[in-house]
Amino acid sequence: MKGWMGKIRAFCLLGLTAFVLSACGKENLTALDPKGYGADQSFNLIILTTIVMLFVLAVVMVVYTIVLIRYRKKKGQKDYIPKQVEGNKTLETVWTVIPIILLLIIAVPTITATFDLADESAASDSLNVQVTGNQYWWHFNYEGQEIQTSQDLYIPVGEKVYLNMKSSDVIHSFWVPAISGKMDVNPENENTMYIEAHEEGVYWGKCAEFCGPSHSLMDFKVVAVSQDEFDQWAQDMQNVDPEAEPEDAVAQEGQSLFQEKNCMSCHAIGSSPAQIGPNLTDFGNRSKLAGVEDLTKENLVQWITDPESIKPGNKMTGNYPEVSDDEAGKIAEYLLQLKPTDITPESAQ
Amino acid sequence: MSTAASQKRGFGTVLWDYLTTVDHKKIAHLYLFGGGFFFLLGGLEALAIRIQLLQPENDFVSAGFYNEILTMHGTTMIFLAAMPLIFAIMNAVVPLQIGARDVAFPFLNSLGFWLFLFGGLLLNCSWFLGGAPDAGWTGYVPLSITSPGHGVDFYVMGLQIAGAGTLIGGINFLATIVTMRAPGMTYMRMPLFSWTTFITSILILFAFPALTVGLFLLMFDRMFGSAFFDVGLGGNAIIWQHLFWIFGHPEVYILILPLFGVFSEVISTFSKKRLFGYTAMVFATILIAFLGFMVWAHHMFAVGLGPVANSIFSLATMAIAVPTGIKIFNWLATMWGGRITINSAMLWTLGFIPTFTIGGMTGVMVASVVADYQYHDSYFVVAHFHYVIVGGTVFGIFAALHYWWPKMFGRVLNEAMGKLTFWTFFIGFHLTFFIQHFLGLMGMPRRYWTYLEGQQLDLGNQISTVGAFFMAFGVIVFVINAIYTAVKGEKAADDPWDGRTLEWSIASPPAHYNFKQMPLVRGLDALWIEKMEGKGRLTPAEPLGDIHMPNSSFLPFMMSLGLFIAGLGFIYQVNYNWAYILLFGGMAIMLGSMLARSLKDDHGYHIPKDELEREVD
Repeated sequence: MKGWMGKIRAFCLLGLTAFVLSACGKENLTALDPKGYGADQSFNLIILTTIVMLFVLAVVMVVYTIVLIRYRKKKGQKDYIPKQVEGNKTLETVWTVIPIILLLIIAVPTITATFDLADESAASDSLNVQVTGNQYWWHFNYEGQEIQTSQDLYIPVGEKVYLNMKSSDVIHSFWVPAISGKMDVNPENENTMYIEAHEEGVYWGKCAEFCGPSHSLMDFKVVAVSQDEFDQWAQDMQNVDPEAEPEDAVAQEGQSLFQEKNCMSCHAIGSSPAQIGPNLTDFGNRSKLAGVEDLTKENLVQWITDPESIKPGNKMTGNYPEVSDDEAGKIAEYLLQLKPTDITPESAQ
Repeated sequence: MSTAASQKRGFGTVLWDYLTTVDHKKIAHLYLFGGGFFFLLGGLEALAIRIQLLQPENDFVSAGFYNEILTMHGTTMIFLAAMPLIFAIMNAVVPLQIGARDVAFPFLNSLGFWLFLFGGLLLNCSWFLGGAPDAGWTGYVPLSITSPGHGVDFYVMGLQIAGAGTLIGGINFLATIVTMRAPGMTYMRMPLFSWTTFITSILILFAFPALTVGLFLLMFDRMFGSAFFDVGLGGNAIIWQHLFWIFGHPEVYILILPLFGVFSEVISTFSKKRLFGYTAMVFATILIAFLGFMVWAHHMFAVGLGPVANSIFSLATMAIAVPTGIKIFNWLATMWGGRITINSAMLWTLGFIPTFTIGGMTGVMVASVVADYQYHDSYFVVAHFHYVIVGGTVFGIFAALHYWWPKMFGRVLNEAMGKLTFWTFFIGFHLTFFIQHFLGLMGMPRRYWTYLEGQQLDLGNQISTVGAFFMAFGVIVFVINAIYTAVKGEKAADDPWDGRTLEWSIASPPAHYNFKQMPLVRGLDALWIEKMEGKGRLTPAEPLGDIHMPNSSFLPFMMSLGLFIAGLGFIYQVNYNWAYILLFGGMAIMLGSMLARSLKDDHGYHIPKDELEREVD
């Protein structure tokens, strides 16, 4: 089956190259330029079903056009009453049976792929990550590794990574279109899916289940790096000293403000599992601030003083003591220096 | 009663007439105005959505308000626009098509309308009372339970009241079609629109109770401290999705099947041919309805039901494509060899065929589970269901209105404006929604308040917004057309389209008793048969006699008003004790009205035979 699927794909890529290149969307975001196992499976079926269905549409449109040209009442035509036809058994059988055959062509690979993507037999030998969806951020806990992180999910390229997903509040949906289709993140049961990236890169992830005012801002990234880089990253993350003092004085002040202002009651640094708010262990390496803004000091100060202006309805607003712009600047300085590892989103190129 | 006579009556008399009427033709007008009003409202909400998405990181509306708008757009369009407009057509046409003097339960017919209207008004009161519901038209828990304020409470109470009206309407049409067909009209001689109404009514009867149950559970969770859906207290959140879609998927067929009937009538009339494969069309309708109950979990492929459930629901969903395909080909075959007149009603029908075929195509595509992992909850799905609901239901409603307007109002809609409406709406529709297939696959999830710069989603969204304004223009032209026609439109003949079915055998608009004598039906396309045999009119099946008619009643209005007040009471008793006055007061009005209805014997009245004889034929 892989053989003819491959041929179909090659054919389409050839035929649609111009179109796909110009209109398939942003690289590492769009599902039309798949770069992972699940996305491949989906893409193959998208192409197959599109071709079959375009065939049906073509047949309908050809008949439709002929009918309209031939049988439209013309000016000056003599009035007559057309023959009243009740039906035609042969024709009716044909347009019942052919669609059934077309559907079987779609159904068989669909079901094969469905079971393939639900296969959990390799889970115990693979990297397992507990994914928690929260309004409006994502938490990642690398099982058995004492690594906790939020917003940026690091994975080794070319490896199956199993995601065991659960929500802490309402339903979310984990979607990284370029790598894999989506799966819901429910509050009541753990859903498991696996992802596998073919190429190194930073992939856009989005929440796909309506979850409140900042649903559209609940972005995250999947950072696929080489196995060596991933091992390095894991080691560095495990060896983080959460108490480590930053070097410059401003950041040191920021660190003590971070404790004074009770930030620690929600935000963990290091591998402790507290997760009322995002884990900040590698905050300085984040690809984005809060998933959507550029990681600059200015934006971070704005976030600390007025998170509502960036993510409406977030759970941080109103739950921490007053922080002045000056204090926020110092905290920001401290947070931006949390770079426990050299493996960053830039490594994934 | 002639038009001249009705023009002499004062505004108050007309108003009172409509408030108390039990005549299916006037209730059709009420449904049309009510549904039309909510259609315009839902359209405004759609425009707000499109303006917000015109450019990346736009802030035309705030995130929270945007969620209210998108929730109300969906809820309004499905429950308060599409459903009542379909009921308007059913009420206007079905009794005439099957040769009946009214529906089986005229009083209930009126009650159904007022329940819908007051339910819809209650829902929309939320705009002025602290904010509209904001959990999506699907109201998924836990989001709908944790949503602050009273928005979702209005959703629950409003839909519960409006839903009761729909259920009553469905039962009424079921009883009407089973018991009140004219002599000789066997089931297999019934016009296809009556058939699809019949099947739709069965769907309503079985689908709406699932919504009722779901809404009750949600109501108790939100207002009375139960925990059916609260995972923390041992409840189950996924069960809401099952309940909602066990209702919600048949609802999709409730929305489309009646319009399949409309298209069948329009195509047959304007091709001057009998419907090709009538029997196949009837059984395809039944099959679609039956399968419609077997496919609800295809809305839940991403929930994590497992590969077995996903595969079964995928196959069942694909199976629906077969009877739907049969219908498309039968329509094409009906036109084949015919003599096609293209006017506004036919234009909407001809626009429907390619549009709905594309919607059906993408329907099969989303049925393929693994492909759906990408489509699901993205703009692809938004495009898909607008192709079937706008391309099917809305196009169908426009076709039906152009086709039956003469029978409903005695005047023909202006053709030039009709064509202008069609072309702007049709082009605008494809501009708006075709590009959304690609937006979805390019990584734009649905219900997104905004999208970030630099994700190459800008151009597609701009095209989409431009298209939406074309559609709005088309709708405005239609409203102008309706007003123009009412004021100085061309008077309609009894049979302006050379029709085939019973409704064209009587006056436009019909007398309030519809048929002076019950017609004798001798086959499918009863009027056409008589025309072909040179008679041109139906043979009466009974001698001229007194006609028994139901009395008007103000009680349906009072009952619905009572429920509306009680609904407000239910919503506010959570915070305020004074709300119990509303709650019990409203219930008292409703139950009192029911008591009055039960205690008072109302046998209706008779139109005497000699009065009927005096009226001009």
